[in-house]
Amino acid sequence: MIAVVDVCSGNLRSVEKAIAHVGGDPVVTADPDVVRRADKIVVPGQGAFGMFAHGLEARGLEPALREALARGVPMLGICLGLQVLFEDSEEQGPVRGLGLLPGHIVKFRPTDRTLKVPHIGWNQVQRTALGAREPLLRGLPESPYVYFVHSYYAAPSDPSVVALECDYGGGFCAAVRKDNLFACQFHPEKSQAVGLAILRNFVEARA
Amino acid sequence: MLTRRIIPCLDVKDGRVVKGTNFVSLRDAGDPVEQASAYDAQGADEICFLDISASPEGRSTLTDVVARTADRVFAPLTVGGGVRVVDDAVRLLDAGADKIAINTAAIRTPQLVNDAAARFGAQAIVVAIDAKRRADGGWEVFSHGGRTPEGIDALAWCREVADRGAGEILLTSMDRDGTRSGYDLELVRAVADAVSIPVIASGGVGELDHLAEGLLAGADAVLAASIFHYGRHTIGEAKQFLAARGLPIRPL
Repeated sequence: MIAVVDVCSGNLRSVEKAIAHVGGDPVVTADPDVVRRADKIVVPGQGAFGMFAHGLEARGLEPALREALARGVPMLGICLGLQVLFEDSEEQGPVRGLGLLPGHIVKFRPTDRTLKVPHIGWNQVQRTALGAREPLLRGLPESPYVYFVHSYYAAPSDPSVVALECDYGGGFCAAVRKDNLFACQFHPEKSQAVGLAILRNFVEARA
Repeated sequence: MLTRRIIPCLDVKDGRVVKGTNFVSLRDAGDPVEQASAYDAQGADEICFLDISASPEGRSTLTDVVARTADRVFAPLTVGGGVRVVDDAVRLLDAGADKIAINTAAIRTPQLVNDAAARFGAQAIVVAIDAKRRADGGWEVFSHGGRTPEGIDALAWCREVADRGAGEILLTSMDRDGTRSGYDLELVRAVADAVSIPVIASGGVGELDHLAEGLLAGADAVLAASIFHYGRHTIGEAKQFLAARGLPIRPL
């Protein structure tokens, strides 16, 4: 069973349907006990950071996620599900994150006036050395296009966790990998064939 | 590099797709889920549903349309029409929409833009603006599907909604909508210069060159309906055309 963690986020249904489409058995849940029993965990996030971080805490999901990660359960974070892994975010705050990865969530401030914020649309991502070995990216084009919709991005203090990089008035982190955890700023559930391939790799990976 | 988006728009009335010509005469072009799925298969960068139902009963079918679309279409989906309160946005986002477009309700209750952006993040909130040229220059905002003049300057309104936290502007020229004579490029240019959020150009596309003109005028995305609906052009043809013009386009 793949737990799709319900942290008052809008894109749960899209993530659920996409995982089912590639052969997974998703269960949307806000119940920490269901999260503890899951073979794999997806943490989708769409919305505002403060609301999301508060939802994790208020629903008692934070300890369940920490325990599952420590046990080696494969976890996929999406958008805010990536951002919340870091120490804190500028959005509505500063607001504290889970602090699993060192670094901060900051807003795009492009000096080029033609670059609009939010960063919305399809942008091309590049694999780092870590990304070149990433099992969830297996079978994808070398530099795939994926769908982004966000104003804030992760600035990791430890660049060795970055798996995919993207450019928007400067490079930014599009995906991270640390042990059993993979998280991406873009939306695989909305990235058509490329996104479905990532989700299929996650679903088919040995737990 | 961030690519420019091509967005086919489906006007939905009582759960069926229609296309307005100057917002008046309507033609039925089928089932919205089928259409969205076809555009997804063609490689549309985003799909837009605008609900133009007159009745609450008609509008209530939209949530179902969005949910059925999200079952099988894994592309970004923007949904607008009849969003009046934050709960309407919750319903549509939960059903599978990625962005919510607000039009008349934002004019009536501008605080709705702030509230929705605080709740869902700016990136999920699109403010749709219907603008018409004034005889004395500039553009005026119209509400209610382009029927009611509001006496508000369109550029000032664009700046205000951006300040209130809108993540994007869906800009429709009332003068050009349904005419197939191309976007109001002065309007697109003026709004793109006035705000630092993305602008989607809408209203007037009759040929592929119009899409290029809109992007060259500063639009971040181009929305069109009839050019795609009646099979005159596929999304793929539009992409090839725009890429050949040197515009950054996601290849299929």
